[in-house]
Amino acid sequence: MPEPTGVIHDIGYQRYTGLRLGRRQVFGALYLHGVRTVFGLGRSAKAKIFPWLVVGIVGMVAAAVTAIRTQIGEVVMTYAQFADAMSWLVIFFVAVAAPELVSRDLRSGVLPLYFSRPLPRADYPLAKLLALVTGLWLLLGAPQLVMFLGGAFTADGMRGVWDELLDLLPGLLYAGLWAVIFASVGLLIASLTGKRAFAAGGIVAVFLMTTPIVGVLSILPSQTANQLAGVASPPTLVQGVGLWAMRDLLITDQDGVGPDLGPFGPVYALVAVALVAACVALLLARYRKVAAR
Amino acid sequence: MTLIATESLTKVYGGGVTALSELTVAVEPGIVGLVGANGAGKSTLIKLLLGLLTPTAGRIQVLGLDPTADAASVRARVGYMPEHDCLPPDLSAAELVTHLGRMSGLPRTVARERASEALRHVGLHEERHRPVGGYSTGMKQRVKLAQALVHDPDLLLLDEPTNGLDPAGRDAMLALVHRIGTEFGMSVLVCSHLLGEVERICDTLVAIDGGRLLRADNIAAMTSATDVLAVEVSEGTEALAARLAALDLPVSREGQLLLVPLADQGTYDLILGAVAELDLPLHRLDQRRHRVAELFARRESSHA
Repeated sequence: MPEPTGVIHDIGYQRYTGLRLGRRQVFGALYLHGVRTVFGLGRSAKAKIFPWLVVGIVGMVAAAVTAIRTQIGEVVMTYAQFADAMSWLVIFFVAVAAPELVSRDLRSGVLPLYFSRPLPRADYPLAKLLALVTGLWLLLGAPQLVMFLGGAFTADGMRGVWDELLDLLPGLLYAGLWAVIFASVGLLIASLTGKRAFAAGGIVAVFLMTTPIVGVLSILPSQTANQLAGVASPPTLVQGVGLWAMRDLLITDQDGVGPDLGPFGPVYALVAVALVAACVALLLARYRKVAAR
Repeated sequence: MTLIATESLTKVYGGGVTALSELTVAVEPGIVGLVGANGAGKSTLIKLLLGLLTPTAGRIQVLGLDPTADAASVRARVGYMPEHDCLPPDLSAAELVTHLGRMSGLPRTVARERASEALRHVGLHEERHRPVGGYSTGMKQRVKLAQALVHDPDLLLLDEPTNGLDPAGRDAMLALVHRIGTEFGMSVLVCSHLLGEVERICDTLVAIDGGRLLRADNIAAMTSATDVLAVEVSEGTEALAARLAALDLPVSREGQLLLVPLADQGTYDLILGAVAELDLPLHRLDQRRHRVAELFARRESSHA
């Protein structure tokens, strides 16, 4: 008699004796999950609309710049200038991505499920921060790569490609600076509230409301105040650091007038570093409090 | 091996609120019920067990490890089901449990497999691919339980698993917890403010009140010594009481009832003999199994 086939046996609960990954792999998994979240991957269609709208706009600008350059031969903007030109879009992108990364988890109360697992409590905010930095850097860096490819194919020989590359690298670094500053400020604000709308509003407010302060400082009769005005707002702070580090790449017009930093270029760089450090420290403190609840 | 051991464990919060005070208890593996009123310190104890809080004073051990020194090792072997809502509404149960499995260190494919296994064991099948936001309270509680199970812990900490469930849902959840504790080869600590609920499924019961230990014991030890016979006669209750006392039975009165501790089968015979001798109309004679609740009720009133 043939054995009965296709019978499903309930084999009951099986203990797991296999591999358990360490802290680094868990951190990596959380980080990748965060990068995907920034772009709405693995999320509902609604969550994809805004990130990809911004990616689309940024990509189109890059394509247009590349096209103009290959057709007319005129360099509309350098790689570093591209990051500057996109700053408004970056602000809105952060205002959507940062709450998506952290406010959602605060609201749904899922955090105890993370903190009752082996990963150290600082790993959660750090993985999220790194994910947002990566997302922003990709947002600004990928279009620059498109511009580079366009430029490289029209360049004269290897020499031209090499020059192009030397222009691209500072551009990517500058994009990284934008990403780090905006991500750390944005994520800190978003981590304060579980309401995504509040978080988004708060981020836009901090980035935009500080602009008038810069305006006021820059028309004060004191020259020092004028030269230090940019420190008061994240976007102008980033631009200040850029101007100090690579003025030639940001101001290409012969008679172009950028903000005058005077001798305070290094101050801008120091403030930028201090701002990021303060934001990260506050973020960690914030999650120390959240984890104990 | 001792499952959980605490020694003069004290936790005082920043505001000066004492959540746990000098708690010393040791429990063996099995299903442990942790009962106490709201605010008795149950959740604080769980957070101390997970290493999420550090004790103000005293020592604590879980599975032979110290959560204050080596929280990661403890958490790797413990599954935690919180009391409150903790599920993102827009994720499906399968996605969420898989993700949390990875957060516990399971490789990607293993996490996916074990997530659907865990969800199957708690009774969620095809619906696991729908967003959690549309689930009933009972289903959400099951998802919370599944995420605590996904990484195959040695100890489950369940904080009020029957919260918000209707009576049928409570019974189903308790049956599930009992099955996990007996068939899955893991220990379970069930928190509840309802003694009647946990006493049905537990091997050991720990009762705390106001951060202090009320009693910790084996359920069998608590109930076996306290079986009593209730005797009711239509008249002559006084005479019977005197008669039984004369027979060296520690008789006590409760309304119309006479309560006699059940020592062995001979107790029945003695009582029946006494009733027959006095020729009293016996109304009822039955064994009353003490609910654990009464033990605590008596204990607390004697304290007061």
